[in-house]
Amino acid sequence: MEVGQMQRRLVEFTKSLFMEGFLDGQFLQLQQLQDESNPDFVVEVVSLFFQDSEKLLNDLTSALEQQNVDFKKVDAHVHQLKGSSSSIGAQRVKNACVVFRSFCEEQNLEGCMRCLQQVKQEFYLAKNKFETLFTLEQQILAAGGSIPATEITSF
Amino acid sequence: MSTLTSSCSWKAGDGVSDQFPAGLRVLVVDDDPTCLRILEKMLKTCQYQVTTCSRSDVALSTLRDNKNGFDIVLSDVHMPDMDGFKLLEHIGLEMDLPVIMMSADDGKQVVMKGVTHGACDYLIKPIRIEALKNIWQHVVRKRKNEWKELEQCGSVEDGDRPQKHLEDVDYSSTANEGSWKSGKRRKEEEDDAEERDDSSTLKKPRVVWSVELHQQFVSAVNQLGIDKAVPKKILELMNVPGLTRENVASHLQKYRLYLRRLSGVPQHQAGVNSSFIGTQDAGFGAISSLNGYEIQALAATGQLAPQSLATLQAAGLGRSAGKSGISIPMLDQRNLFSFDNPKLRFGEGQSQQNLGTNSKQANLLHGIPTTMEPKQLVNLQQSAQSFGSMSMPVHTHGAQSSSLLMPMGQPQARRHVISESGSSRPPVLQANMGQSIMSTGLVGQALGRSGTAENGRGLGHNTILQTSSAMNFPMNQVSDAPVSSFPIQSTFPTSKGGYPEDVNSSIIKGPGGGMPSYDILHDLQQIRSNDWEFQNVGVTFDTSQPGNSVQGNIDTSGLLLVHQGLSSGQSSNGHNRNISAAGKSLLSADGNRQVTTPNVGQPPTSLVDNPVQIKTEGFPDMSYQAVLYPEHYSQEDIMSAFLKQQQGIGPPDSEFEFDGFSVNNIPV
Repeated sequence: MEVGQMQRRLVEFTKSLFMEGFLDGQFLQLQQLQDESNPDFVVEVVSLFFQDSEKLLNDLTSALEQQNVDFKKVDAHVHQLKGSSSSIGAQRVKNACVVFRSFCEEQNLEGCMRCLQQVKQEFYLAKNKFETLFTLEQQILAAGGSIPATEITSF
Repeated sequence: MSTLTSSCSWKAGDGVSDQFPAGLRVLVVDDDPTCLRILEKMLKTCQYQVTTCSRSDVALSTLRDNKNGFDIVLSDVHMPDMDGFKLLEHIGLEMDLPVIMMSADDGKQVVMKGVTHGACDYLIKPIRIEALKNIWQHVVRKRKNEWKELEQCGSVEDGDRPQKHLEDVDYSSTANEGSWKSGKRRKEEEDDAEERDDSSTLKKPRVVWSVELHQQFVSAVNQLGIDKAVPKKILELMNVPGLTRENVASHLQKYRLYLRRLSGVPQHQAGVNSSFIGTQDAGFGAISSLNGYEIQALAATGQLAPQSLATLQAAGLGRSAGKSGISIPMLDQRNLFSFDNPKLRFGEGQSQQNLGTNSKQANLLHGIPTTMEPKQLVNLQQSAQSFGSMSMPVHTHGAQSSSLLMPMGQPQARRHVISESGSSRPPVLQANMGQSIMSTGLVGQALGRSGTAENGRGLGHNTILQTSSAMNFPMNQVSDAPVSSFPIQSTFPTSKGGYPEDVNSSIIKGPGGGMPSYDILHDLQQIRSNDWEFQNVGVTFDTSQPGNSVQGNIDTSGLLLVHQGLSSGQSSNGHNRNISAAGKSLLSADGNRQVTTPNVGQPPTSLVDNPVQIKTEGFPDMSYQAVLYPEHYSQEDIMSAFLKQQQGIGPPDSEFEFDGFSVNNIPV
């Protein structure tokens, strides 16, 4: 595939991510922060997110499996996840966290369990999408091309 | 993980001014690595110098190690090791840096919490770079406010110093020719500028007792117990780096006065009054008993104290405490009542009569200019007025400032005086204490004559004259008041008039009974001295020039005493005001050591801003002067004595101070 094609693919893909709500404006901010001095900034941060959040999800799972669930603790974890996901623009993950938190407040264990599942699902979905995105970028760069800037038209 | 990374090494203050806000030294604290990384990048993009931390404790130690190494701190709210708000408090207390809170939580409560804890700003995550671009405004704003504060609290010398220094440099530079010298001068100027920046913003000469710091102080004191709270231990408990034992000691002194003041105005008028009123006929007895009762009650049960304390505090601080600090007037009433009779007996001037007639509302403030809060003064005044057309109008107007300065300083003075057991007679009229007391009825009575209650100043002056006659009477009373068994009464040269001091005390004491004898006075003194520590009060009290200074003196002392927030030394009135507030609180506080004065930690907003750095004008000199101006002294004494009586707080000290001497002088 030639560079131009790859670039177009990337642009389309990125757009769809925004359209489908996987990404929001915050991701654009991240992209804007990337410059020559930090060419891999976005990849770095997103990777950091997935690494850290994986741990968080594990903690959440074990917390909900306790005999006496400490909802405050669960809520704290979810809050953290919400914060970091919103920072990288992973919108759907963040939204799932918002719902999760309301169940935590109600101390609704079943609701929380359901939410956890939802969050996990969104999490892995987002991870997937990002990986695709980065792969596309890498391919373009490897082919000698440059990454086209994401056009913010109407999201 | 606790990582501490520093992106570059800027010399503090180096080049900051030139390219501001570039180079702003930011410390970011967030336990989320993703957020931390993003923030770091964003801040670097803003051309700030960024240091990141993922743990609060590391952040704090970093800040402590580099006292002047940062301009602003960004902190997450939810962190595992330490709550973001706690960190915020610590930073505010120790380093006084602007802190911006961040959180994905945008709930109103959380944001409000941030505001109340002193955060300069609250950013909702995800944070956009645009939001970070403007954080430098908080640094500028804070510096600007600090300068203003410094100027306000009168520590102009700080500002002067750097300037002077600069001037010196200039002079030296002009004197020197030569490139190297001018180069040196330039460098010196830069250094001076830096120094000034540093000194004004970073290295304040005095400790500013911020709300948070004071809260820490109060909790440390409460932990130790007000009786056992010694500066060293408090300092240890507070664990605030940079704070010296001396800072704590002086603050503790002020705090104690404040507490005394608060307890001196018991809110439980009812309880006190009843017993108090009962002994009306005795007048003397009543008063004394009341005083003792009050004191004991306050001290022992502490029931009154908390309430009164709180109320007083509130009142003193200008806050509306439920009871509206009018308690004093109430008390005074009774007090007045009791010694009304005696007074009349002595045939004092009109003032006395007034007193006699109107027992109900002892016009505590009457004629006694105390630095009570305007509100309180008004109250007192009202009460005083009802009391019986006391000739001395309570100087509510501006009383706060002008009136007797019931500021904390006063009580101190009293104590001081008392403990000396009449040795020095520090004119302290102990009136300080009484701010409320004094004003309430004592002054009115004693000073009744003067009738021109111009804030205390004139009052003092006038009253003195009048008091002399009235004084005689009061003397007796005063002696009674101190709960102790002072037979006071009659011995006081009731109409001696010569002794304003005596008069004051007697008046204060209320029980117009017989002459206060020396013994009584002394006894009273002793008794009082135990309870009250009015060290400065007396001093300031006297020195004032007749007529005006009484207040002034007190003010200063009061000012000193007033602990944070109370010292609005901005204007003389302000002084008074502060003092009154403080004094009031002190009064009420007294007698109730254990009471935690919740308000203490929260001085009225208006006052809060005024650091304790009140200028003590001639404070120390006052004591000496007291001798010179016995009039003032007496006036104050009367007031204070009176007030004390009223509240039971009446530090006997003040009265007694001059006892030794007033007694002598009183022509029997």
